[in-house]
Amino acid sequence: MDVAKTTSVAQVQVVPRRARTDQFSTASFILPAVLIILFLSIFPLLVSLYVSMSRLQFARGGVELNFVGLANYAKLLVGIDQTRFLGKFGTPNIFGWLVLGLVALGLAYWIVQYIRTTRVTAIGLAGRLILAVFAMSLALLTVLTLADGGRPGTLWVTLFYVYVGIAVQYALGLLLAYLCAQHIPGRRFFRVVFLLPMMITPVGVAYMFRMMVDTSVGPLAPLWVVLGLRDVSWVNNPWTARGAILVSDIWEWTPFMFIVLLAALESLPTEPIEAAVVDGANKWQIFREITLPALLPVSTTLILIRMIEAFKIIDLPNILTSGGPGTATESMTLESYFVWRALDVGGSAAVAYLLLFVVTMVATAYGVLVRRRVEVEY
Amino acid sequence: MRLFRVSNASLYTPRPVGMLITYIVLIFWTVVVLFPLYWMFVTSFKLPIQVDSGPFYIPFVDFQPSLHAWQYILFGDLANDTRRQYLNTVVVATTSTILVMLIGSAAAYGLARFHYRPRLGMIVAFILCVLLTVVLAILRVPVQFGILIGVALFVIAMLTIVKRFHRSLGNNDIAFWMVSQRVLPPVAVVIPIYIMFQQLKLLDTWPALIITYVAANLPIVVWLMRDYFLTIPIELEECAAIDGASRYRTFWSIVLPLAVPGLVATFLFVLVFAWNEYLFALFLTNANAQTLPVSIAAQNATRGPQWWYMSVLVLIMILPVIIMAILLERYMAKGLLVGAVKG
Repeated sequence: MDVAKTTSVAQVQVVPRRARTDQFSTASFILPAVLIILFLSIFPLLVSLYVSMSRLQFARGGVELNFVGLANYAKLLVGIDQTRFLGKFGTPNIFGWLVLGLVALGLAYWIVQYIRTTRVTAIGLAGRLILAVFAMSLALLTVLTLADGGRPGTLWVTLFYVYVGIAVQYALGLLLAYLCAQHIPGRRFFRVVFLLPMMITPVGVAYMFRMMVDTSVGPLAPLWVVLGLRDVSWVNNPWTARGAILVSDIWEWTPFMFIVLLAALESLPTEPIEAAVVDGANKWQIFREITLPALLPVSTTLILIRMIEAFKIIDLPNILTSGGPGTATESMTLESYFVWRALDVGGSAAVAYLLLFVVTMVATAYGVLVRRRVEVEY
Repeated sequence: MRLFRVSNASLYTPRPVGMLITYIVLIFWTVVVLFPLYWMFVTSFKLPIQVDSGPFYIPFVDFQPSLHAWQYILFGDLANDTRRQYLNTVVVATTSTILVMLIGSAAAYGLARFHYRPRLGMIVAFILCVLLTVVLAILRVPVQFGILIGVALFVIAMLTIVKRFHRSLGNNDIAFWMVSQRVLPPVAVVIPIYIMFQQLKLLDTWPALIITYVAANLPIVVWLMRDYFLTIPIELEECAAIDGASRYRTFWSIVLPLAVPGLVATFLFVLVFAWNEYLFALFLTNANAQTLPVSIAAQNATRGPQWWYMSVLVLIMILPVIIMAILLERYMAKGLLVGAVKG
């Protein structure tokens, strides 16, 4: 979505620039869109910032918002809501510390490499330092909450849904697309069927999977009996509940990866593959050396789009588990909604703003580190 | 888009063993995709007792199907609610999609063909004035005064300081700005939008949802359609301009007809997003304008999961989009690919 790159914007202008009427007619094409974005994205975003720094109080004749500074954020990050948002910190074992040390070393190496190899700019260095600190805190959060006695909060759970979900969706989507791109009878049928889950409302998907994971009257009950899991409820254990949500998310969004990768595979030029066959390459070599690199630009865009959308997850956890057991399966959007329903409007906006911060950081990091590199190489 | 040439078919037809593995994987995933749908379908024909007493798989073989749930939802006690929510969903989804297609393609066309040069100074002045207004609001200055001061300062700045700065932004910056709005989590803007519609007395109405969906889906349309317009040769438009057609006319009768494949793909995507949207509908509607996703989700809270009714509701909700997906599958894939490749 990095539209700001390659400039192929109309080298030719339809009509040479004329008087003011001309400017007006060109502006009128874009103006409605600009106004809508201003009034429904930019202004609300600014107001939201204010709301996130205030507390709703009941006053005479209604409610009013009182400015409380950063109190709502403090509550989430260090205050009473910390265990819900960030999670409960345990004491990591030696392995945990080892992982942390490795991450820190890797980040330090990355910064040093940047300083040594390229021309250092102030913005570039500052940006990389911020990203490094951000990555380090995520690693710290992961290690601390997953350690003994710890419990992940909504921030970590959201990231878990996003990253594990996308990794599986991409791998599955690529496998299915590769298989469907072959000349086999019935592939038209498969591609239509594989597309379906994406069309179904996530609310419906959530209900479907609630039936699927029911161990006593669900359709898979005989299987659970065989496995001796008849009395285990998927949605009562934090990890199986997260698993159920992850599975339904994968079921729903693998098609997105699948259809685009399939279209990309079918539009690849055939000459390099023919040449490779003539040279005696086997299928795996062709896939790894020719197909996969050619798919890289599409893949990075796809992953970026899914990443942005996946952070907004709310329907699946809300219906499958209502965020439970406890708050184990709550995503950040869902937490924001629950807090809003408890009339803590400021707290809700603060959660939303932190989500915005995380998404922006992650998307920027991805854009800078992955996509730019891919574009340079191919 | 190029498909494989027939002469190369042998290259892409796997050998028997590969073929077998391919089919095993594909059929496995087909089952994974279709089984939950099938289960929902048969559940909609079950009596409560049949659902609660354990899994039954095949109608007429291990249970006697009944139409009671369909009867209840479509003609019984719930019929009025269902019809209203269905109507809400149809109206909101289609209207917002048509609107966003118009506004979004116009913007995308503008960005693909004309040169915009908004002054950087103007934008900075604008942002500063908006921020000032917000700060004034925090300082408990009445909102009307705050806005008035902000506007006045902006006009003054425009007339004086801004003229001295000549740096301006280009089309790519505008496009990036628009598309990047999709990054915004809806939950970060929904509270102010709620307050805004509350002030306008539009909560729980169609216009509120329609406007919100237009804003939410605008980035997708701008992103996909701009790339599509860039692939259309410009000569036809130049001819039209020489023949004296206005820009609106060129856009409407020459460019849009040429862009139909891209329009169809984008339309489908946006329609599905609007059709399935949950969060905004959850915040902005109560009873009158409630759409199907919200009402289906609410079934859970009010009466505990009544799977038979739920299945019927989900089925009637997904039927239209599923049919469209089957008919227009090829368009969707290609339309998305254009966007993903050009990115």
